Amino acid sequence: MSSLALPEVDETVLAKRDRILAQLEEIVGARWVISEEDELRAYETDALTAYRQMPLAVVLPATTEEVSRVLALLDAEGVKIVGRGAGTSLAGGALPLADSVVVGVSRMNRVLDIDSANRAIRVESGITNLAVSGAVEHLGFFYAPDPSSQLACTIAGNVGMNSGGAHCLKYGVTTNNLLGLTVVLIDGTVIELGGKHLDSPGFDLIGLISGSEGQLGLVTEAVLRILPKAEGARPVLLGFNSNADAGACVSDVIGQGLLPVAIEFMDRPAIRICEDFAHAGYPLDVEAMLIVEVEGSEAEIEEQLSKIVAVARDNGAVHVREAKTAAESAAIWVGRKSAFGAMGRISDYMCMDGTIPTGRLPEVLVKISEICEGYGLGVANIFHAGDGNLHPLVLYDVNDPEQLQKAEDCGADILKLCVEVGGCLTGEHGVGIEKRDLMTDQFNATDLDQQMRIKSALDPQWLLNPAKVFPLDGRPAPARPEPPVAGKAA
Amino acid sequence: MAEFHPDSEDAVAGIVRSARDKAEPLEIAGGGTKRGFGRPVQAAATLSLDKLSGVTLYEPSELVIGAKAGTPLAEIERVLSGKNQRLPFDPPRLTALTGGDPAKASIGAVVACNLSGPRRVHAGAARDSLIGVRFVNGAGETIKSGGRVMKNVTGLDLVKLMSGAFGTLGVLTEVTFKVLPAPETEATLVFEGLSDEQAVACLSAGLCSPWEVTAASHVPATDGDPARTLLRIEGFESQMAYRGRVLAEALEDHGTPAILRGAESAARWAEIGELEPLGDVSSDAVWKLSTTPDRAPGVASAIRAANRNTMDARLFYDWGGGLVWVAVSPEGDAGAGAIRAAISPAGGHATLMRAPEEVRAAVDVFEPLPGPAMAMTRQLKQTFDPDRILNPGRMYAGV
Repeated sequence: MSSLALPEVDETVLAKRDRILAQLEEIVGARWVISEEDELRAYETDALTAYRQMPLAVVLPATTEEVSRVLALLDAEGVKIVGRGAGTSLAGGALPLADSVVVGVSRMNRVLDIDSANRAIRVESGITNLAVSGAVEHLGFFYAPDPSSQLACTIAGNVGMNSGGAHCLKYGVTTNNLLGLTVVLIDGTVIELGGKHLDSPGFDLIGLISGSEGQLGLVTEAVLRILPKAEGARPVLLGFNSNADAGACVSDVIGQGLLPVAIEFMDRPAIRICEDFAHAGYPLDVEAMLIVEVEGSEAEIEEQLSKIVAVARDNGAVHVREAKTAAESAAIWVGRKSAFGAMGRISDYMCMDGTIPTGRLPEVLVKISEICEGYGLGVANIFHAGDGNLHPLVLYDVNDPEQLQKAEDCGADILKLCVEVGGCLTGEHGVGIEKRDLMTDQFNATDLDQQMRIKSALDPQWLLNPAKVFPLDGRPAPARPEPPVAGKAA
Repeated sequence: MAEFHPDSEDAVAGIVRSARDKAEPLEIAGGGTKRGFGRPVQAAATLSLDKLSGVTLYEPSELVIGAKAGTPLAEIERVLSGKNQRLPFDPPRLTALTGGDPAKASIGAVVACNLSGPRRVHAGAARDSLIGVRFVNGAGETIKSGGRVMKNVTGLDLVKLMSGAFGTLGVLTEVTFKVLPAPETEATLVFEGLSDEQAVACLSAGLCSPWEVTAASHVPATDGDPARTLLRIEGFESQMAYRGRVLAEALEDHGTPAILRGAESAARWAEIGELEPLGDVSSDAVWKLSTTPDRAPGVASAIRAANRNTMDARLFYDWGGGLVWVAVSPEGDAGAGAIRAAISPAGGHATLMRAPEEVRAAVDVFEPLPGPAMAMTRQLKQTFDPDRILNPGRMYAGV
């Protein structure tokens, strides 16, 4: 375990474990309450594997009603609750606490209603992201947000983290693709928001729940916007002799009114690692590479790609490879899509997720490599360039406690840099536990107090996913806003 | 009634703090064009943001613009069009409903009311393009959320909460949007003579096609004018020729469309966004209904039937049928009971967008919320503005 503090374990909760388990079994059936150590092991971590903690138990309800009864029980017993989709959070959003019960939605994975005329699908939240697109593919539709983990990650987690993906430059992130939510509040109240219509009456509660990281309630169902698939899509691969040239190319493509569906950036180390793994035919003699994808009919794709290639050449592109066929498109994407896996093969890494104003790209990349050099750690950069969402992968050895600490400090410095240049700590992975203690670099005490007052109002005992998102000191916030007090812990 | 015209965020905060100390509620205004929206506010003074104006950030290559909340929408649009960019969601002025000078409609009001025009069906609402806010809460504290980058999930998303809160949670001081390149040109296919049901099926088929219909509206027949069903496409000149042709082929069951091109198409959608199809509404009540698109014709026909004894309801559809604008008699409850009864089985909500003040005081202007959602609404108000200083009652009594 590393440097991030977890709250003290509540011994009174541990002491009544057996009674709580019995009550949970009454609600969901004994089979769906996991309490044996070997079975619990599967839930001790998520994709932030440096942190591990066995929970008190895991409960897997089958319906919204069961989730409601489970939450009401745990609320009454004062037991902490960690919601879990597929456990793919890179920010430790699903990391259990020793005195917490993990409430998993994996059994709630049904498609409830496909309504193509109204361009909507209603699902249970444990369905995987890719299964949503799969359910509507035969109708010519898809679900737009496409996080890299889409094969495994669930809609529950996507809503919790407001997940993005490679194609959000054009299609937006999760919150932009939600029409309705069913949410269970801490006291078991079930709240239905939205439907197949657009815009909420009253406050935008869907907008508040989306990205709230399981702090305000658990999402059990969602109505998602589905979109008709484009006639076709093809990428072009562009290689440059410097990160600065590639960065300038991104700015120029956007500045000229072209709007690709995706602009992905890889630097030299990332290109080499992905190429070694996937044999995608990436150029090994360039410093930076862009994958730019456009959509439309054949002629439209041709026209847009020729404009993009012209802009790229003006910006010093030394390598241009246009995909002409589906197989060539797949070959270009295969390296990028396997990037995190390829990286994992050669080294442990921490995947950062800051966003920066895209104009600052070249200087930020220089500073990131300086920061990593300073810690004696390697770094590979892979990111969504169109929207400035960086994913520097800081390479380290997980078995070396000193290196883990260095990697965390290095990552923190990179994220602080993102905030400094006008960006933010996290573009799509969420704060979780990983970036919790950096929140004070982005927000002042007044900003955070406003957020924490909302948390306190909707979860007065702070039982929902505690020790995440908000720094441990300075909480719980007062229920009413008071004038800021000088010297108050931020 | 006293009026404040602060020219800085600090001054806004000072005014709110002092209002809270004196327990004197404030009415929040920008350019003043939306003061007739919502329930009447009982306030001791008006806090106007008209002096808090100006673009604070514009980076065309980053697709981002920021402005103080009182900045006229017209100024934002002028600055953006200089670089061939635009706000994606077609923000309307809606001064046909509320009167006032459309040139004064402010960007803060667009956010506070979450106002989106015809392109909303394709590009999302105002709240979907909004990426950052600064505001002063009911305690006079200055708060920021979001920022200037388009992907940001750091902390609770107060940006969304501020959009559509009608100034009841905070006084917006600065807003930042994601913008998009303006297309080279546009075209609109116009089908004539379709029934409401046929028209919504036609709009739906267009929106389900891969050719990116960016607006989809239906104006039923009126005296002398046939019904017209409109679908817009946007892009490069060469694309419009291709997409116009394949889209018309795909919709050939609905007839052969006339085609509006370029400026003519843009002008028609500007009229639709400003509710021109309703005609003169100066003596009417006007409702905005958001519902399940293919249920909308049924909702409309129930409303027509219910209003037959007073005045004929005038209405038209936007957002592929999912948005219905309705003008009815302002007498009695201004049709509230019948309209909400009609929409309830179809799903969605109805907002009274224009009515005499005494009507807006007496009927629910915004859709009444189910118990749990209303409870959450009150809890949220408490965390932002516990003494109900900001636009109290504008949306719901006690909020």
